[in-house]
Amino acid sequence: MSRLASDRRAPVRFTLNGASAEGEAEPRLLLTDFLRHQIGATGTHVGCEHGVCGACTITIDGHLARACLTLAVQIEGCAVRTVEGLAPAPDRLGTLQSAFRRHHALQCGFCTAGILMSLDHFLREHPAPGESEIRDLLSGHLCRCTGYTPIVRAALEAAVELARNAGGEKG
Amino acid sequence: MKPAAFDYVRAESLDEALGVLAAEGGDARILAGGQSLMAMLNMRLAKPEVLIDIMRLAELDRIEDESGTVTVGAGVRQATLMAWPGLGAKLPLAALALPWTGHVQTRSKGTVCGSIAHADPSAEMPLVLLALGGSVHLRSAKRRRRLAAGDFLTGMMATARADDELIEAVSFPVVAGGRCAFREVARRQGDFAIVACAAVGTRTGVRLAVGGVADVPVARDWPRLDGSALDDALNAFAYELDARDDLHATARYRRDLVRLIGRDLVREVLS
Ligand code: FES
Ligand code: FES
Repeated sequence: MSRLASDRRAPVRFTLNGASAEGEAEPRLLLTDFLRHQIGATGTHVGCEHGVCGACTITIDGHLARACLTLAVQIEGCAVRTVEGLAPAPDRLGTLQSAFRRHHALQCGFCTAGILMSLDHFLREHPAPGESEIRDLLSGHLCRCTGYTPIVRAALEAAVELARNAGGEKG
Repeated sequence: MKPAAFDYVRAESLDEALGVLAAEGGDARILAGGQSLMAMLNMRLAKPEVLIDIMRLAELDRIEDESGTVTVGAGVRQATLMAWPGLGAKLPLAALALPWTGHVQTRSKGTVCGSIAHADPSAEMPLVLLALGGSVHLRSAKRRRRLAAGDFLTGMMATARADDELIEAVSFPVVAGGRCAFREVARRQGDFAIVACAAVGTRTGVRLAVGGVADVPVARDWPRLDGSALDDALNAFAYELDARDDLHATARYRRDLVRLIGRDLVREVLS
């Protein structure tokens, strides 16, 4: 049995966007804080810390997850993807990110990291989504700036582009 | 909004989880998908001494379809049940209700049993379990027992689970060829229900279950009713639920929804 004591830090080994990573966490440390403060991956944002706003959305072993409702110690041995993994190179945006930029699908950008992760995951499984599916997906996120319409447009355009380049660059 | 300190146990077998529960009792909590419990920990509405994570137990991650009953293990995520190929044919009511259960991003983690264990009065999974006459399989180190949904759900976020017990699975009876209907009113799809209704055809008529109004979901069995008899039954039911005003809706609006949605669903199922 593995029992981690409340006042001790335990090692956490995982992969972050394909690269192996490691840190230490007390059991109560949230994955959001672990990623941001220990690992230094500040792309994942923190809004509500109770699963409602979607700013912290990432994938763990291929499933969408709220990082604020996940303990750092739970990702031991898991594959984590965050917004930092979306761009093909440090100076290039992915297809979805470029569509967001073209359509002004972000203003302050607070919600954007989580929305990009949801859409990235969703578009892989649903290459030809309709507007209502995109809106249903976005119901798991709060954006205080855009009114969502530009996000929907960017997502639909990115879906078409991604389908066209299928087999090529993803992102 | 950070949890208070706790020990974390990554259970490697069910016996191990039950052993820790037996030793720690009410100081321990089972952590499954975490979509309700983690929020409560963050807000310090729950401060367990020990968290027992059961999500690495393959034995709990099972959907079994046997002799007219679908049994869903404690590790089965809502998204997994939603994608289960038998869902539409065997549990059409769950197929209708699952898209209303949280959002894509929470169903991917949240479990069916966890939602029932949490027993939020507006949650869809307890409502579906009650409407179908399902049961909850409880297990401790010493014993196993099964409770009907109505006996398990005792109040707002309160259940008959003893401190040393965990939910091992829940089972939903398959209503063969049965008709069912579901409708919910919420601020947005995926938000907490203001009123959620489920109707199921029975041998003698119809069962209507309502969530989001009383402290627990409540069901009524009726013969084949229509016209003013149906309106009277719905009106009485709407008042018996003892609706309250809150931030989201007035008691009166909730009663109206019960009457209107209830009538549509009963007619749909009996037609
Ligand atoms: S910070 Fe995680 S959902 Fe809001
Ligand atoms: S861009 Fe500001 S919250 Fe969405």
